[in-house]
Amino acid sequence: MIQHGPKVDAALAKEHGLASDEYKILCDGLGRDPSYTELGVVSVMWSEHCSYKSSRVHLKTLPSDGPQVIEGPGENAGVVDIGDGQAVVFKMESHNHPSFLEPYQGAATGVGGICRDVFTMGARPIAIADCLRFGNTNHERTSYLLHGVVAGVGDYGNCFGVPNVTGDVVFDDSYNGNILVNAFCLGLAKSDRIFRGYASGLGNPILYVGAKTGRDGIHGATMASAEFAEGSEDARPAVQVGDPFMGKLLLEACLELMESDVLVGIQDMGAAGLTSCSVEMAARAGSGVELDLECVPMREEGMTPYELMLSESQERMLMVVHKGREQEALDIFAKWDLDAAVVGQVTDTGKVIVKMHDEVYADLPASLLAEGLKYDRPQKRPDYLDDVAQLDLDTIAEPADLGVALLDMLSAPNLCDKSWVFEQYDHMVRHGTVVRPGQASSGVVRVVEPTSGRRKGVAIAAGCNARHVYLDPYEGSRLAVVSAYADLVAVGAKPLATTDCLNFGNPEKPGIMWQFAESVRGLGDACRLLDTPIVSGNVSLYNETDGVAIKPTPMIGMVGLVDDVDEVITAGFKEEGHRIAVLGTLHGGLGGSEYLKHRHGYELGTPVPFDMERHSKVFAAMLAMTKAKVLASAEDISDGGLLCGIAECCLREEEIGAQVSLPVFEGRLDELCFGEGPARFIVSYSDDNAAAVSRLAAGCGASLLEVGTVGGRELRLSIGGETKLNQPLSAMASAFGDAFASFS
Amino acid sequence: MAHFGVIRFPGSNCDDDALHIVNTVLADRGSTGEILWHKEHSVGQVDGLIVPGGFSYGDYLRAGSMAAHAPIMESVKAFAKSGGPVIGICNGFQILCESGLLEGALTRNASLRFICKDIYCRVEGRPTPFTKTIPAGRHIRIPIAHAEGCYRHPDVERLEGEAQVIFRYCDAEGNVTADANPNGSVNNIAGICNAAGNVVGLMPHPERACEAVLGRGGIDGLSLFESVLDSLANSGVAR
Repeated sequence: MIQHGPKVDAALAKEHGLASDEYKILCDGLGRDPSYTELGVVSVMWSEHCSYKSSRVHLKTLPSDGPQVIEGPGENAGVVDIGDGQAVVFKMESHNHPSFLEPYQGAATGVGGICRDVFTMGARPIAIADCLRFGNTNHERTSYLLHGVVAGVGDYGNCFGVPNVTGDVVFDDSYNGNILVNAFCLGLAKSDRIFRGYASGLGNPILYVGAKTGRDGIHGATMASAEFAEGSEDARPAVQVGDPFMGKLLLEACLELMESDVLVGIQDMGAAGLTSCSVEMAARAGSGVELDLECVPMREEGMTPYELMLSESQERMLMVVHKGREQEALDIFAKWDLDAAVVGQVTDTGKVIVKMHDEVYADLPASLLAEGLKYDRPQKRPDYLDDVAQLDLDTIAEPADLGVALLDMLSAPNLCDKSWVFEQYDHMVRHGTVVRPGQASSGVVRVVEPTSGRRKGVAIAAGCNARHVYLDPYEGSRLAVVSAYADLVAVGAKPLATTDCLNFGNPEKPGIMWQFAESVRGLGDACRLLDTPIVSGNVSLYNETDGVAIKPTPMIGMVGLVDDVDEVITAGFKEEGHRIAVLGTLHGGLGGSEYLKHRHGYELGTPVPFDMERHSKVFAAMLAMTKAKVLASAEDISDGGLLCGIAECCLREEEIGAQVSLPVFEGRLDELCFGEGPARFIVSYSDDNAAAVSRLAAGCGASLLEVGTVGGRELRLSIGGETKLNQPLSAMASAFGDAFASFS
Repeated sequence: MAHFGVIRFPGSNCDDDALHIVNTVLADRGSTGEILWHKEHSVGQVDGLIVPGGFSYGDYLRAGSMAAHAPIMESVKAFAKSGGPVIGICNGFQILCESGLLEGALTRNASLRFICKDIYCRVEGRPTPFTKTIPAGRHIRIPIAHAEGCYRHPDVERLEGEAQVIFRYCDAEGNVTADANPNGSVNNIAGICNAAGNVVGLMPHPERACEAVLGRGGIDGLSLFESVLDSLANSGVAR
């Protein structure tokens, strides 16, 4: 073993982010002190980001099975059967820490990384989505971060050539010092042509393809496993730089190679680069690998084994090919003008051996690295929960003028039109986008069945209401799943499976760990009830700055299937004279609502809980109606409640008014207008279809209440015959449409 | 019957979209297509050429500048010189300008941002194979998706005088206004043709507006492809 670099001891290990007991486990496991290169390798593999050491014990409770699941968690992405020999491959991943330090590159490489995770499995990416969380719109860094992140997401995806079809953007004080950039990608594959990250077959060569390795991104994974504090900006060199053009070439070359039977296994070099890639591929296959680092294409001279193993240079893939067939692979890479080299071979030793010019720099058991550490960290219910549960509506005045309140709500940063964002993303490339961003709460892309030409649709919903999770981690997390489910059924898609991206604070704090455990319990329960197993995911902890954690944000990405894209409907009202109805409960609640926060500054109470028995009937009715093609539009009522929902239906497509009249009721007007709750939809349909709509609702046992008609140039609301609101469309359109530009 | 070549450069990403139109959407009109690799030296036996959108060579140096020097471009120029119909869409328009097949240049959008949305443009100017059957003055709805679509020309009056401006950004009613100009192009120019009229370039994406099921954006883009099929049928050009 070659000793080079500084002397390795517990102090140096601590600098690498390893606690003293973790360093002891390493030394005991090896039966000796590690070399400098080994310390580097182990420190990233055992980082929270790569090892999931604090979360694994909880994640294993999540449902991940079902007849639709081809590949669950553990691979680069989950794989779900959509029939006809086709499968969708998808995952969501965070790139929070780098995006806060360097928003443009952080966000761009987040998109690039998730796209590589998907195509490495043999799937062509056909849709991306992104969920972004920023601090208060008045915070000094928000505008800078927003511009950088949106440009970074856009520039990568636009050049790479995958439509960005949905997602959300939310502003909240808790993200002032720690923004969230969660990127989702979905690809299409043949269900019997899925590639996995296996280094198997003794003596098979290991190929390196793509960008040359430089000194960028070293310790990126370690950075992502610590809190931010004063001086964290110094970590900027740990942020990688993306090259979507190179990513596009890699995509095309890899998919071309996958047409042959040359490949044994393949994985992209993401976090912890060559290290995690080689370790994970060896561990999955139960084999070993031997790397000859002098063969790695290098961007800079004099790179050490330590640097080569830890670099997070982007746009690189590692693959194992059948012995003797290297040249076929190299020819394809030459066609695409990509650097490629044989950098090692598969062994059967169970070890990862790193050599350079025949000297050994690291000799580590793959299982020790990959299984790493596992903690069941202490949990304690945080005290704040008792305080926020107290909501006394009697102290909150009802709006004096409902029109003023509505315009103010429509211009709220979290409710207003987000065209400023999604118009910077190419959402139409690849001739498949059936539902564009802004047309509904889900994006839909067309998937053509190759032999029959049948046009199916794959729908994607992504998001999370973190305020609900903050107020009640268990129920809020269930609601995050239910909300994605509702978004899917609103466009006519049957939900299939889920990916998650769990963003939390420092897990070493018992209060945070309790939030995490409760949240995972909620996600698991909801996904079990709704039969939407979690097939892939990512955990991002230590989202804290100066000891202040973000709101717990378990982002959900859910995928559904539409049998025939002609069944797909969008949210906007379509035609004068169509009837408007509310499917599901008319009344919501104000606990944890956007209304209380935006109009009154309160984040109090608890959200209306999910009730499987009652709400599943509403979902069934929604799907029956889209299947029967009797609806002209459907919108999931979410943040902002019934009135904001109706206003959005007026504004989303045609700019057409609505005449709404509701029965007299007991209770608060603001609760009726802006209250929130799960499984509620605004639907519209023609007179001709009215009988069928009510028959289908009744058949499913779901409540349906006709509330008005589409038409006019204003939104009019009357209750028991008394006009409560008469707001011109033009005023609503400018409140909704102009708000974002005013603070971006 | 007409056979189209769609040129694939490294970084092209609307190549499959264009191929889908000529191979599938217009299949019942006898249209077919194939991908032509940028390293080839001949476009082969084709009736028309499509230079598709994307980010050829990652837009490095300048959008379209490197693709303009790809091996296949000599053959593209010869095909254009012989009168064959050539259309450059988005990055394809940039490539045709950089290669000298079309005049002018495309620079950063006035907003300095990438813009993807439906716009309207008015069809006008001299007849070209791609606009011949579209009534002059009609305005069509098609999407744009670009960061560098601001058209510039050193002598735009001459270009206008020669009726080489073929597409002009307008509003939903067909009025050419400053507000309807999405990227700051001179005279709201969205697309032009060469002096002979057989080479057309435009920033909007007609191939994205050919199927009603996609995003409720309409099918106005189809008219360009139907026009070139009619032109080829009437000119008697056989493959």
